[in-house]
Amino acid sequence: MTTTQLKDPPISKRLAKNIKRNFIERVIEIILMFAALAATFITIGIVYILVTEASGFFKEVSIIEFLTSRQWSPLFEDAHYGILPLISGTLTTSFVALSIAIPIGTVAAIYLSEFASHKTRESVKPVLELLVGVPTVVFGYFALLFVTPLLQKINPDLPTFNMLGPGIVMGVMIIPYIASVAEDAMRAVPMNMREGSYAMGATKFQTAIRVVTPAATSGIIAAYILGISRAVGETMVVAIAAGQQPTFTFNPLEGAATITAYIVQVAMGDLPHGSLGYQSIFAAGMVLFVITFVFNILGHMARKRFAERY
Amino acid sequence: MAQNKLNIKAEAKNLNFFYADGTKALKDVSLPVYENKITALIGPSGCGKSTFLRCFNRMHDLYPGNRYEGQILLHPDNTNVLAKGVDPIEVRMRISMVFQKPNPFPKSIYENVAYGLRVRGERSKSAVDDKVEEALKGASLWNEVKDRLQDLAFNLSGGQQQRLCIARALATDPEIMLFDEPTSALDPIATVNIEELMSGLKNKLSILIVTHNMQQAARISDYTAYMYLGEMIEFDATDKIFTNPGRKETEDYITGKFG
Ligand SMILES: Nc1ncnc2c1ncn2[C@@H]1O[C@H](COP(=O)(O)OP(=O)(O)OP(=O)(O)O)[C@@H](O)[C@H]1O
Ligand SMILES: [Mg+2]
Repeated sequence: MTTTQLKDPPISKRLAKNIKRNFIERVIEIILMFAALAATFITIGIVYILVTEASGFFKEVSIIEFLTSRQWSPLFEDAHYGILPLISGTLTTSFVALSIAIPIGTVAAIYLSEFASHKTRESVKPVLELLVGVPTVVFGYFALLFVTPLLQKINPDLPTFNMLGPGIVMGVMIIPYIASVAEDAMRAVPMNMREGSYAMGATKFQTAIRVVTPAATSGIIAAYILGISRAVGETMVVAIAAGQQPTFTFNPLEGAATITAYIVQVAMGDLPHGSLGYQSIFAAGMVLFVITFVFNILGHMARKRFAERY
Repeated sequence: MAQNKLNIKAEAKNLNFFYADGTKALKDVSLPVYENKITALIGPSGCGKSTFLRCFNRMHDLYPGNRYEGQILLHPDNTNVLAKGVDPIEVRMRISMVFQKPNPFPKSIYENVAYGLRVRGERSKSAVDDKVEEALKGASLWNEVKDRLQDLAFNLSGGQQQRLCIARALATDPEIMLFDEPTSALDPIATVNIEELMSGLKNKLSILIVTHNMQQAARISDYTAYMYLGEMIEFDATDKIFTNPGRKETEDYITGKFG
C-alpha cells in the first residue's frame, strides 16, 4: 500500500501488472491442481487394478473360503485360499514391532522435544535419520543372523524362522519414524502453554507429561498411524526372517508369512500372468489395502477428536 | 490482614537483568510491592515491563543464558527470590502469574483449575473439589461453568478463558499474583469483569500488573511505577502519579505527549 503511494505509477501500468500477476497466479493454481489430481488418479488407478485383477481371482475362489479358511496354499497341488494365516502373520509381526516402537518412539520424542539441549537434539536427529535410510534387506538379515540367534540363547526352542526376531527388528526400524513425527508435534506446542505450566510451579517432567503431550495428541496419533502403516506394509524383514510358511497363529515364537511377504514371494517367482496363483497376490494386496485404509480412517477420526486448539 | 498498616510484601533492589544475547533489559531497578495493594507498571513498549515482571517468578530461568543481578526480597521471610540456592519452583509456588494471552491447558475446566494442586501432589478429591469451586468463585466464573466443569477449557470464550487462568492461578493460594497485560486480548466488557475481579482480589493477596492502558492503571491500582528504557523513572501512589507526577518524563508519557 505505502509503496504504491510513494511512487504512484499511472493507473494503466498498475492494471497491467495486476493482469500479469493474476495470470501467473492462475497458472500456478492449475499446476498445483494437476499435482493434486495426479496423486488422486494414481490412487484410483491402483484400486482399479487391484479390484479387476482380484475379481478374476474371486471368480474361481469363493469369498467365504477366502475369508474363513485357515489354510493358504495357492501354489500347491492341494490349493487352499484362506487369507487368515497371512492376516495373522501380518498382525502378529506388526504387534511385536509396535509394542517396541510406540513406547520407545514416544519416550524418545518427549526426551528430544522437552529435555534434550539444543546440541544433543542436533546430534541425535541425524543419527535417527540415518537409521531411516538403511535398506530394509539389511534389517532382514540382521534379524535372521543376529537377533534370532540371540533370542535362541534365551529360548533354545525358538525356531530359526520366527516372528519375534523380525518383529523386534521392525520395531527398532520404526522407532525413528514415530520419534521424529511425534517430536515435531510436541515442538509445535506453543511456548506460552509451557510457560503457563511452569508458572504454576510444575516441573519439567510434569509439564512434558501433563501439558505438552496432551496438547500434541493429534500429531502423536499421526506418528502412530505412520508407524502402523510401516509395520503392516513392511516386507523384506519378515520375508527374510519369519520364514515364508503361511501358518494361522498369533504366537510370535512360530514362523509365519505375512501378506507382503507372500506378495514378493509370488511376484518374484515365475508364475504366468493370469494364473490363479498370480491373481491371488491381488486379492492379498486388496486385503492389505483395506487393513491400512481402516487404520488410517481410525487415525483420522482420533486426530479429529483430539485436534489441536491452542 | 491489617488494612491500614502498609506492609511491604516484596521488593526489588538494584535489579539488573541481561538476556542471553547480552541485552541489558533492566538497569538498577528498585520497587516495593505493598501487601494487599495493586501496583501497576506502565511505560512505552519495550521499556522492560514484562522483563521486570517475569523476574519475580523466575520465568527467565526457562531460557538458557539469561542472567539476573541484584535482589528481589520476598517478605516476611526475607527470601531473595533470585538467589542461586532458591528453587524457582518454590518461588512459583508462592507467586503465580496470569499471561497476556489466555493460555488454558488442553484439559477440562476442572482440571485446568486443579492443575496447581495436582503438581503439588494434592490427592484428596474433596480438597481439590473445594479449592476448584473456591477459585472459580474467586474468579467470578463459577456460575457460568458450574454445570460443565468437564468441558474442554478451549470451548470457553476469550474472557472466560482468561478468568479461568486467573482461577488456575488463585487455586494454590499465592501470596502475590503477577499480571502481564491480562486484558489486552479482551473486549471492553470482559476487561471490566477482570478489573473488578482484580480489585476484589487484593484483599487476599498482593498484585503487580503490567498494563498498556493508562485508564486501567488509574482505575484499579493503588501504586504506579513508570518505566522507560529499562529504568524505573518514578514510583508513587497512583493518584499522585496521575495528578501531579514528580518527573517531567512521567508527565509527558501520561499526558500522551510521548509514547
Ligand atoms: N528474549 C529476549 N532476548 C533479548 N532481548 C529481549 C528478549 N525479550 C525482550 N527483549 C528486549 O528487552 C527489552 C524489554 O522488553 P519487554 O518485553 O520487557 O518490554 P515491555 O515493556 O514488556 O514491552 P511491551 O509493552 O511491548 O510488552 C526490549 O528492548 C526487548 O527488545
Ligand atoms: Mg510486555
